[in-house]
Amino acid sequence: MSKRDRLSGNEAVAVAMRQINPDVVAAFPITPSTEVPQYFASFVADGKVDTEFVPVESEHSAMSACIGAQAAGARTMTATSANGLALMWEMLYIAASLKLPITLAAVNRALSGPININNDHSDTMGARDSGWIQLYGENNQEAYDNFIQAVRIGEHPDVMLPVMDCYDGFITSHAVENIELLEDDEVKKFVGEYNPGEYLLNRDNPISVGPLDGVPHYFEHKRLQTEAMRNAKRVILEVAAEFEKLTGRKYGLFEEYMMEDAEYAIVVLNSTAGTAKEAVKQLRAQGIKAGLVKIRVFRPFPVEEIAKALSGLKAVAVLDKCDGFNAAGGPLFTEVTSAMYGRADGIKAINYIYGLGGRDVRVEDITSVYKRLEEIVKTGNIGEVHNYLGVRE
Amino acid sequence: MKKKFKLSLDSNVKWKDISPGGVITEAGNANDFRTGDWRSIKPVWIEEKCKQCMLCPPVCPDSSIPVDADGKRTDFDYDHCKGCGICAEVCPFKAIEMKDN
Repeated sequence: MSKRDRLSGNEAVAVAMRQINPDVVAAFPITPSTEVPQYFASFVADGKVDTEFVPVESEHSAMSACIGAQAAGARTMTATSANGLALMWEMLYIAASLKLPITLAAVNRALSGPININNDHSDTMGARDSGWIQLYGENNQEAYDNFIQAVRIGEHPDVMLPVMDCYDGFITSHAVENIELLEDDEVKKFVGEYNPGEYLLNRDNPISVGPLDGVPHYFEHKRLQTEAMRNAKRVILEVAAEFEKLTGRKYGLFEEYMMEDAEYAIVVLNSTAGTAKEAVKQLRAQGIKAGLVKIRVFRPFPVEEIAKALSGLKAVAVLDKCDGFNAAGGPLFTEVTSAMYGRADGIKAINYIYGLGGRDVRVEDITSVYKRLEEIVKTGNIGEVHNYLGVRE
Repeated sequence: MKKKFKLSLDSNVKWKDISPGGVITEAGNANDFRTGDWRSIKPVWIEEKCKQCMLCPPVCPDSSIPVDADGKRTDFDYDHCKGCGICAEVCPFKAIEMKDN
């Protein structure tokens, strides 16, 4: 039995955390993720969970405490944004390489500088190669649903990797929306008990964690990490299928919106998908065959599946809320186009960097991108590949 | 089903068999790690000068001076001695000399 409520994205994720009742939460506040540990701290104070809450002195310490706790055998969670995530950087790689399935609510915010606290994706995009699984969500419901599924995905014996639940700062984190929550016992049953294979607090089988890994072994450990990431794709779909049975809400590696007969499409992450869907609806009413692909799983990247989904198009635009500074395109664009290489050749592909530092993106901005795609197909001239949407020229 | 992983110190272990995250599941496996090949100079025990005063075994950082059942030191464990020379330094009888390895 689900129950309807109206919550902000952060509140919804904190509720998911309460329902999961993890063993340890270690966190340091940073806008816009602050509310997650703040709400959770009130659940701890009110005795609604029996979690050990560790209010640390920095994000580096937050992730370090999570690593220690998870290695000890505890189910561990945290939340952060932007520079907080950047301060965790060193420890993110260690969490992933030690194969510790920590769950992190990553509330997307621009990475300074110049100093800016508003939404874009430069924080989690910077951490894209840290070895964490990254799930992205369009709205509060998806932030909540992804957080619950993240626990099961990360802790699967074939995966054992940490997971980031990424959602847009302020747009998703602070806006209040209608949401369908699961009952507490349904969530507890869905996530189950955490059963780590080897853990530090098991006195019957003492282990060492984090020893020096020299030339004869480091490479093999990295290869093992990649295999876990490959397995994650299957596990994400298995967990999604089980989640759908429970909730009726369907999740995949990405969402295809009006893609069946689409000629032009946009690929996008997070809340902008909502704006883009409105643009697609308006264009469809004008007889333009517009479609949308919203990526949910960025790590591992669904290479074959994305290429297949885009293979019927005439032209595609990839929207990046982050500039990669390779001076040729954003990170999502380079991932999508490299996925298409040899699998969906001949489709015109362009990139737009948009919304940096919280710059608003409107339906008409998105529409202008579809119009550009139409023009490219009409003239056969692709023009500039690396474009900016909404910057003052 | 818990998989049994090979000891991390096995240099021929394949990636599918290596312990996830580099976790070491066996205790006392420092014994299997031959640190002796790090050595550039080595201590040589001159038994006739040795008075068995037992000053050297406790200062060895690598526990490479074995002591037998009678409480007497025996020859060096060259599999693990790194050649630091502390034993030669503490010996009052010049019964340990550092030589090229």
